[in-house]
Amino acid sequence: MTTIQESDIVRLPRGVRLREDKRRGGWVLLAPERVFQLDGIAQAVVGHVDGERSVGAIIDGLCETYQAPRERIAEDVTAMFAGLVEKRVLEVA
Amino acid sequence: MTHSQAHDVQPPMGMLAELTHRCPLQCPYCSNPVALERRRQELDTATWQRVFAEAAELGVLQVHLSGGEPALRPDLPELVTACVDAGLYSNLITAGVNIDRVRLETLADAGLDHVQLSFQGATPEVTDHVANMTGAHARKRAFAAEVTDVGLPLTLNAVIHRANLHQIDEFVDLAVELGARRLEIAHAQYYGWALVNRAALMPSREQVMEAVERVEAARERLQGRLVIDAVVPDYHARLPKPCMNGWGRQSLNVTPSGKVLPCHAAETIPHLEFWNVADHGLREIWYDSPAFNAYRGTDWMPETCQSCERKEIDWGGCRCQALMLTGDATQMDPVCEKSPYHDEVQTLAVRDASGASEFTYRRFARTTESA
Ligand code: SF4
Ligand code: SF4
Repeated sequence: MTTIQESDIVRLPRGVRLREDKRRGGWVLLAPERVFQLDGIAQAVVGHVDGERSVGAIIDGLCETYQAPRERIAEDVTAMFAGLVEKRVLEVA
Repeated sequence: MTHSQAHDVQPPMGMLAELTHRCPLQCPYCSNPVALERRRQELDTATWQRVFAEAAELGVLQVHLSGGEPALRPDLPELVTACVDAGLYSNLITAGVNIDRVRLETLADAGLDHVQLSFQGATPEVTDHVANMTGAHARKRAFAAEVTDVGLPLTLNAVIHRANLHQIDEFVDLAVELGARRLEIAHAQYYGWALVNRAALMPSREQVMEAVERVEAARERLQGRLVIDAVVPDYHARLPKPCMNGWGRQSLNVTPSGKVLPCHAAETIPHLEFWNVADHGLREIWYDSPAFNAYRGTDWMPETCQSCERKEIDWGGCRCQALMLTGDATQMDPVCEKSPYHDEVQTLAVRDASGASEFTYRRFARTTESA
């Protein structure tokens, strides 16, 4: 199992692109032979990945936007990132 | 019904662009048709550029630049640029024996997203034998090193069959050693050249089971380091694969001469009418061409599929395989255990698994014209 620390900095590896899918609506992560259709929350989270900010900072940012308890957001975000790392569409810098 | 169904048609996500059927290799399982299209029939640069723009407009997200060997097209960098300009994710599917460092860098600079490199074996003996090309393995290894060195993500693709099925662990090691992010292990699918060579390619059920176990073990061992995608073998199975995730549902295939097919083997169904990008826009072809509408949705299905809970999971399996093995493209895929032809297919698989091992290598038919 991959675990993500709040101090980690994550980024999209080369060969993985986030873009809008105008035809179907929403946003997608494009990866080798795969397309991940992101829901609104996943899009908001992945949209914060810039290869510079730490996971903790991304969580802080989302707390402001969503006004939800930090603990819950932290749990969801680290789980989502861990899943993406395992699929090799996200990497810890 | 047909009318309401027409409204359900979703735009495609992926497009396989067969830029050429020419290839320096001669794999006996090549998915290209036995009647290969020749160089003088190939679409020109401008037409491909238009097709990529139309594809993006239609909703395609990813383009797989394939062949034959796509790098035999001198205009490959321009075609990558056309994909990039249209916002398409570009994936180069190559045998990796004819792209030097300079060319690779040109492709990377043009914005190529990903490289998928085929290995016919995990060792020089097997690769060179299966590809019928001396030195192929060494060239592929060198190319793989260049790809990762340039910084492009790499997938290794291994088509497996009786002559290399014992090499699963070695393929996995090779992928790790070469720095691939992904390994694709695909059992040979028996269309095109693979059908000609079925008796030399077909593994036994025991071999298949062992291979499946080894893939599973490797997957667990390398989780988070190497993604392993496996296309399960067919003839020995009880349920069909969801071929293309359904006919005309997600992807399309453009041949070197511009014919647009629902899957690369679709031309084996002789009564289908395929449209060409020279005569029609891609959008019109996707929504209106007879070939794409022939087996869309579930209306065409036999009664057994209609009343089966898997009908929107496997979409009745593969149409080409149904035709090939039952003589009727509207039959359920005979791999399905509910098919009246199921036992026949199993018997055939067992028989072929002990067939002769000589390959008929893929090549252009001899004619006085040059390819
Ligand atoms: S399968 Fe082999 S012969 Fe066919 S296009 Fe690929 S590398 Fe060439
Ligand atoms: S009966 Fe048809 S839908 Fe059901 S599993 Fe077999 S092929 Fe698939």
